Amino acid sequence: MADQFAALIIVVPLIASLFVPVFGWWKKKLCYPWVVAVLVIPLISSLSVLNTVMTTGKFSYRLGGWAPPWGIEYMLDHLSAFVLVIVSSISLIVAIYSKKSVEDNLPEKTVPFYTLFLLLVTGLMGIVITGDVFNLFVFLEISALSCYALIAIGEEGAPMATFNYIIIGTIGACFYLLGIGYLYIATGSLNMADLANILPDLYHSKVILVAFAFFTVGLAIKAGLFPLHTWLPDAYCTAPSAVSALIAPLMTKVAAYVMIRLMFTVFQPNFSVNMVPVMPILGWLSVMAIFWGGIKALAQTDLKRMLVYVVVAEVGYIVIGVSVANRMGLTGAILHIMNDAVMMACLFLVVGAILYKTGTREIHQLRHLNKKMPFTMAAFTITALSMCGIPPACGFFSKWYLILGTIEAGQWVWAAALLCSSLINAVLFFRVIECAYLKPMEPAYALNGGETKHEEIQRDEAPLTMLVPIVIMAAGVILLGIFSGKIISSVIQFAVPASF
Amino acid sequence: MDVLYSSRPLWAVLVSMIAAFLILATGEKNRNIRESWTIMAALAKFLIVFSMVPVILQGKVIEYTIVTFYPGLLLQFRIDAFGMLFGVIASSLWIATSFYSIGYVRGLNEHAQTRYFFAFAMCLSSTIGIAFSANLLTFLVFYEILTIATYPLVIHKESKEGIMGGRKYLAYTLTAGCVLLFAIGMIYYMTGTLDFKAGGFMAGSGSSTVLIMLFAMLIFGFGVKAGIMPMHEWLPTAMVAPTPVSALLHAVAVVKAGVFGCLRVILYVFGPGLLHDLGIWLIMAYIASFTIVVAGFLALGQDHLKRRLAFSTINNLAMIVLGAALLTKSSMTGGIIHMANHAFMKITLFFCAGAIHVKMHKDYVSQLDGLGRQMPLTMGAFAIGAIGLSGIPPMSGFISKWFLCLGALEANQIIFLFVFMTSAMLDVAFFFPIIYNSFFKKPMDDVAPHFDEAPMFMVIPLVITALLSIVFGIVPDAFFRFFSLTSLAVQNIMGVG
Amino acid sequence: MLDYVISKYNFWIYIILMMIGLYAMIGKKNLVKKLIGMNVFQSAIILFYVSIGVKAGATVPILSGHGHGHEAIDVASYINPLPHVLMLTAIVVSIATTGIALATLILIYRKYNTLEEDEILKIRKETGA
Repeated sequence: MADQFAALIIVVPLIASLFVPVFGWWKKKLCYPWVVAVLVIPLISSLSVLNTVMTTGKFSYRLGGWAPPWGIEYMLDHLSAFVLVIVSSISLIVAIYSKKSVEDNLPEKTVPFYTLFLLLVTGLMGIVITGDVFNLFVFLEISALSCYALIAIGEEGAPMATFNYIIIGTIGACFYLLGIGYLYIATGSLNMADLANILPDLYHSKVILVAFAFFTVGLAIKAGLFPLHTWLPDAYCTAPSAVSALIAPLMTKVAAYVMIRLMFTVFQPNFSVNMVPVMPILGWLSVMAIFWGGIKALAQTDLKRMLVYVVVAEVGYIVIGVSVANRMGLTGAILHIMNDAVMMACLFLVVGAILYKTGTREIHQLRHLNKKMPFTMAAFTITALSMCGIPPACGFFSKWYLILGTIEAGQWVWAAALLCSSLINAVLFFRVIECAYLKPMEPAYALNGGETKHEEIQRDEAPLTMLVPIVIMAAGVILLGIFSGKIISSVIQFAVPASF
Repeated sequence: MDVLYSSRPLWAVLVSMIAAFLILATGEKNRNIRESWTIMAALAKFLIVFSMVPVILQGKVIEYTIVTFYPGLLLQFRIDAFGMLFGVIASSLWIATSFYSIGYVRGLNEHAQTRYFFAFAMCLSSTIGIAFSANLLTFLVFYEILTIATYPLVIHKESKEGIMGGRKYLAYTLTAGCVLLFAIGMIYYMTGTLDFKAGGFMAGSGSSTVLIMLFAMLIFGFGVKAGIMPMHEWLPTAMVAPTPVSALLHAVAVVKAGVFGCLRVILYVFGPGLLHDLGIWLIMAYIASFTIVVAGFLALGQDHLKRRLAFSTINNLAMIVLGAALLTKSSMTGGIIHMANHAFMKITLFFCAGAIHVKMHKDYVSQLDGLGRQMPLTMGAFAIGAIGLSGIPPMSGFISKWFLCLGALEANQIIFLFVFMTSAMLDVAFFFPIIYNSFFKKPMDDVAPHFDEAPMFMVIPLVITALLSIVFGIVPDAFFRFFSLTSLAVQNIMGVG
Repeated sequence: MLDYVISKYNFWIYIILMMIGLYAMIGKKNLVKKLIGMNVFQSAIILFYVSIGVKAGATVPILSGHGHGHEAIDVASYINPLPHVLMLTAIVVSIATTGIALATLILIYRKYNTLEEDEILKIRKETGA
């Protein structure tokens, strides 16, 4: 039964996306309930897959019944099942959230929006589930193509950002494709498990080295790792709220997942870590990403743009965890894939809700927001604290494992970068919190508009379809923190390669 | 050692957290119900904590594991005598502070009272968490929660200086949190455990350079909250907060958590033996002495009453740390018991400052002439607290100073005896003018010649805490069994070390 | 050296094409030229894949009599079809990418009335967007 669930995860949203235009042609209003209903199935399926993996260990699903290594195989182990649950749950949450945002921003584009939305989700889940490197490329491009289109329907400046993204994203995908080509020349196989068996004998071949290099650069582009992140800020920032809330948490994380998958499953850890000097390079790039993202974020006055740069920094977190290449670090990285996805989703959802209600994203215009939108701001505050690494929110725990990892690897500068980053985050987010909660009392404000001091501020909370996802995410930030021990002991510790 | 497994520690932490959310849900409209949550939680917390005292005094420890992450890496409560002492101090003083706060915020008609009580309850929750934590990780978790929970209290006024004070507070404490995180990570990596152990567990786990660096990091991390000298700057700035908050910051929760952390590091992580071998105890002692003397002199120069009290706090906290750093039996006893004694005396002083602020709207030492006639109870309590802090018998301050001085002699370090003496002298110098002015000087024009006290909600708590500091001076083991707990804690540490 | 280059001429061609594409994507100011560069880049990779399937003296992999005869299939006499099949997918992907990029270019042209990157940047700076 669980086998069939694995197929459902991809097939259902893919087929359903074809039906969105049908429904839209009949009645536009049906698109939204259809998408939400459809996305419940991958969530249930991936939960059931995760459950199966946890009880009986990893398994594979042969698509169309063809035996690997010729047929396409879906590989379901702890890592992929775990990331699948993250992807499917966040995409469901964002789908629920999208209602008002789409009605408000893109009323005449509802149908294409939801079609693309489902395709994007299909692509993301396909990347995670597949056990075939070429199939992965296809899914990578499915997600990227729908993502390009979704971003392009965004606000002013979106087409230009999209075009840049298309160019750079295509280079990334092509590099990945080249990597596959070289692997295929040397091994004649495209199946991950098969490759993992064949490759160790060929580790000294230059072809393999070249393939590895292409993979790394291509995925670094897709993950937005500094200095290949230049496409990311504009694209994510100009996208419609519901789209950025989906891609900001998931796209870069999924690319990071592929990185982990290739480095530690397709290639053996001892190749990726010992035979190629890639880990220190990635680590130092991440350190720069963390600082660069943090500093650029400090310079922003637009809340969403600030968050976008925080995404750049957060990618650095995950890659640092990968590049310390030990059990603690990788645990932190995988945990951070989840935590960061939830935190970023929550933050972008909040920004979307603020934009929807107030029409602005400027940080200094957020005053009184604690009165107007108390729940939204409470969710924002919780997540912000998590970003600063305050326990028991989840951000603390991933940071803790990442730091343990850097200590074990003896990389003091990396540890310092992680610590500095949470201080930078504290500055970033407390600036927003101060504006939202305390601004009215500032003397300058009291001078030119002091009369509002006693004015009763009406509560003007975001609509329920927005508020519920936000609150769920904020609760998730706390709960995932409290239960992080459970998550690690039951899932993540098996997702880390046994040789660590 | 007997271990008793019980969920009572968890409930002691949770009760005020639950209350915090009830407070938030109740809101401004039903303020009496909201306040009743605070008081009920305070009483419940105290009863839960206090019900565990007899068990601890029998030499047992109470344990409760929340979650386990990795072997040796877990969130766990374990109450030993030392933690119990801190728990009792914090939970008993919360009751007094709750009543007092109600009088204070209503007396001044403060804004955002719900947020205020919410943050207050969260603070206490995390303080008890700190007191009961079994290992450094749990400690850190609650320590960070405390940092954040205190922030809304520091910025409560939402004025420019309030926000600036809040920023400064966060800058200091969050940096400290990061350093701690790193140091604790290192310790876990080196030893594979983080559990507090009487007498320390770090011995032999690394080269002395690394150990000294770790010690410095930990002391820096906890010392920031404890206001040890180069890191004390935020404390006087945070005095813009409402007075009950300052009282809470200074006597009950925040700075005491810092000192508690320092003592945990000195006595339960590194341990006297290791510190002796490394030789850093003397450096630590000198730093603390420097803080004691300089803070004393700085206090002399403050006209703002609360700022003067803030420097006095810095002075006293350093005394506690010095007591622990001297590593002798008497000095430890003195330091640990001073945590309790200082808490009761300092909270009295802050309560008095708040009562004066609410009643007379006066904040400066120079405005207090003749106030003793109008507010005899308040000023009387102030005199008791001040005399106690100067270490004059029969107040409780005398007991701690006695042990501290004995400890300095035991350690053969006469110089620290002089430090304690100087400190006592400075205490007299900066407190006695206040007492003298308020009772014996000609009253200022706005002072009423007849009895006209602050609201009873405020006066009663401060009178009680003042009386308690006399009682603890005469019978140190009264009610709360502070002395027994202290000697048990010292016994545990010395028995192993 | 020359032999080395000539014997691997297919790789050299793909590398040269790829570099041309890369140059156009990065160096050209006109957005359409950038897009053409991207297409060249993708075609280079497609050529690379196609060339790696080739075997000297082999023929198209259409098996006559498969399923009936008992003789073993001589692998060396057929070229490897798999890379070619993969490229069918890659071509589809590249066409889709081109389509989206062209659509985006239309959007851009409608908005700015030009497809020169520096002019667009100038307009955006002036309008403050």
